[in-house]
Amino acid sequence: MNALADIASAETGELVDSRFTVPGMRCAGCIAKIERGLGELEGVEAARVNFSAKRVAVRHTRALDDDDLTEALRHLGFEAQAVAANPLAQDDKETRGLLRALAVAGFGMMNIMLLSVSVWSGAGGVTREMFHWLSAMIALPVVIYSGRPFFSSAAMALRYRRTNMDVPISIGVLLATGLSLYETLTGGEHAYFDGAVMLLFFLLAGRALDSTMRNRTRAGIGALLSKMGRNASVIQVDGSTQRFAAEDLEPGMVMLVAAGEALAADGVVEQGQGAIDNAMLTGESTPEAVSIGSTVHAGALNLTEVLQVRITAVAGDTAIAEIARLMDEAGQSRSKYVRIADRAARLYAPAVHSLAALAFIGWMIAGAGWYQSLVIAIAVLIITCPCAMGLAVPAAQVVASGALIKRGLLVKDGSALERLAEVDLALFDKTGTLTLGTPRPDISALDGEARSVALALSQNSRHPLSKGLADGLRAASVTPADVSQISEASGHGVTGQWQGQEVALERPEGGGNQIATRLRIGQQGWTLTFTDSLRPDAAEAITLLRGLGIEPSVISGDREAAVAAVAGELGIAAIGNAKPQDKLALLEKLKVEGHKPLMVGDGLNDGPALAAAHASIAPGTASDVSQQAADAVFIGERLMPVALAIRVARRTMQIVRQNIGFAVIYNVFAVPLALAGLVTPLIAAIAMSMSSLVVVGNSLRLARAAK
Amino acid sequence: MTQLTFLIPIALLMGAAGLAAFFWAMRDGQFEDLDGAANRILIDEDDDGNMP
Repeated sequence: MNALADIASAETGELVDSRFTVPGMRCAGCIAKIERGLGELEGVEAARVNFSAKRVAVRHTRALDDDDLTEALRHLGFEAQAVAANPLAQDDKETRGLLRALAVAGFGMMNIMLLSVSVWSGAGGVTREMFHWLSAMIALPVVIYSGRPFFSSAAMALRYRRTNMDVPISIGVLLATGLSLYETLTGGEHAYFDGAVMLLFFLLAGRALDSTMRNRTRAGIGALLSKMGRNASVIQVDGSTQRFAAEDLEPGMVMLVAAGEALAADGVVEQGQGAIDNAMLTGESTPEAVSIGSTVHAGALNLTEVLQVRITAVAGDTAIAEIARLMDEAGQSRSKYVRIADRAARLYAPAVHSLAALAFIGWMIAGAGWYQSLVIAIAVLIITCPCAMGLAVPAAQVVASGALIKRGLLVKDGSALERLAEVDLALFDKTGTLTLGTPRPDISALDGEARSVALALSQNSRHPLSKGLADGLRAASVTPADVSQISEASGHGVTGQWQGQEVALERPEGGGNQIATRLRIGQQGWTLTFTDSLRPDAAEAITLLRGLGIEPSVISGDREAAVAAVAGELGIAAIGNAKPQDKLALLEKLKVEGHKPLMVGDGLNDGPALAAAHASIAPGTASDVSQQAADAVFIGERLMPVALAIRVARRTMQIVRQNIGFAVIYNVFAVPLALAGLVTPLIAAIAMSMSSLVVVGNSLRLARAAK
Repeated sequence: MTQLTFLIPIALLMGAAGLAAFFWAMRDGQFEDLDGAANRILIDEDDDGNMP
């Protein structure tokens, strides 16, 4: 269990920790394969898989870097990406805090209940007083510790003259504790410590669920702008080169970009020609040919030969930063969205508070005395405290998101589920969203030997076509042949020796429109063509969306003809040649017309649209920025999770409304009792736990919703 | 009534022990990878000694 710690304490020289996300692990076999496979690597001390977070922590010597380990994972058959030290630490801390508060409240609740049950069963006199004192001694620290999340949130809301669910909760808990203390001091009959602590326990359970759900889904999602080049080699006046960090670059400098390096700034090619991978910016995976005079953007990956690029824009002025800024502005409207629990609280809190005040005034007028009136007013507050309400929303959303995760969709938080349920229009990007986004080769012409030679060659290349070929071959369960002396000449291909013959993957002669590569074994040769095909179940998903009353359409930055072809195949409307600003404008127009559009897209160019849409979904292969901007991420080759997400979200909201409805009905029955002064701590405790159990039980019905 | 002077402290101590155990488990990372722990049972450890 403690392999990492044990090794850390041993004398192992200088070791570093690296973390990788590996979305593809699905079973016990994958855990074993990754941990053993990495463990056998030279320089790796230990590898530990976190299956829930789909992550691997590797402890290794400095001789290995992130690229080597990603490559090793790829050889084991897993796509992996390095992640920063621990981006989730902050969220994690919040969940841990809530869990601790929950445990403390649970401890307090059980012990106070133990004492309360004896009081209810008739303990009197000195025993009752002693039990009240004991309860007070347990309850005070528990309320102070476990109540903090609510008190601080309520204080924050009041400071900005708003009210949220935490205001009635805090007032209820504090008044109940205060009254019970007074009762204890004066040797009174009723103390409500059990009610106050139980309320905290149930509400914390709701909060902890909510926060766990957010962590679980965010774990799979990478860090912003991680792919943009961090530094660049700049050619000095005397011809030598010097490394500059991205933020120290200035327009006019000439940077030398090696093959496989990401550009750190926008610029114009001054020397050299070759191809760049613009997938980060446009979502199009086909390499783009560049030559002297071509404009290139930060974030693009240089695939072939060394390029000299004169910088035209740096850091904050690059195309990538411009898109990030657009997204920032577009996301503003979404932060104004008010969640259903807070919408309910806006109606609920004033109603409850005025009811309690009326009870107090009413009993004062009836001549009950200020003490009796206060007790009744507080009983009203306790019994109406939104215990079921606090669980109604998170319980349903957690169960629903758990069901969706099993179907390959990660929803970021509850607000996302609420917004997904409201959409009435869907806009899809083309490449990488409706289609798979990676060029898939046609390997039907190859025999078994040729396939394994092709895999051996292609898995040693960084070129996107080679990656596509390797993925396609692995999917057909091909094992690589034993090819030696593999070398990659950028721009020309990969060559090697196999059974005494020269084998190669190279650029086909003639070229033409199609994307293709040529496999050569000795004298024999095959031309492999690549196509970007539709996701296998795109048509079904579109039909299901239509069935839900959502009209899908395509909006893409690709050529009109290419977009129209895909849209025609699926029978939906299409707009081609759209720039990020055009997508944004269309969404704004739809929103003004009163629609609530869903945006599904993957490229960085979709980022602003994803942030502006009422709700948004990105595929797991999308650029980091898009995944960050989207409300949900779907994994795998199928498009169905998108349609399922809408269906489950709507079902969830239905259950949430039922839950809130139940909480209201329960109050309709309980409040008259409280107003009549008939609520004792026993009745309050029973009512509270019953309503919470019903709400949780009702929410569990969602577990089957994604089927 | 004298039993209470023993029973109540015992009840409180047992509760506190449970709470302490939970805090320890959380700090120790026992809840980090719940799905993984369920799956690890299925891994054979016979072929090499690498498994932690």
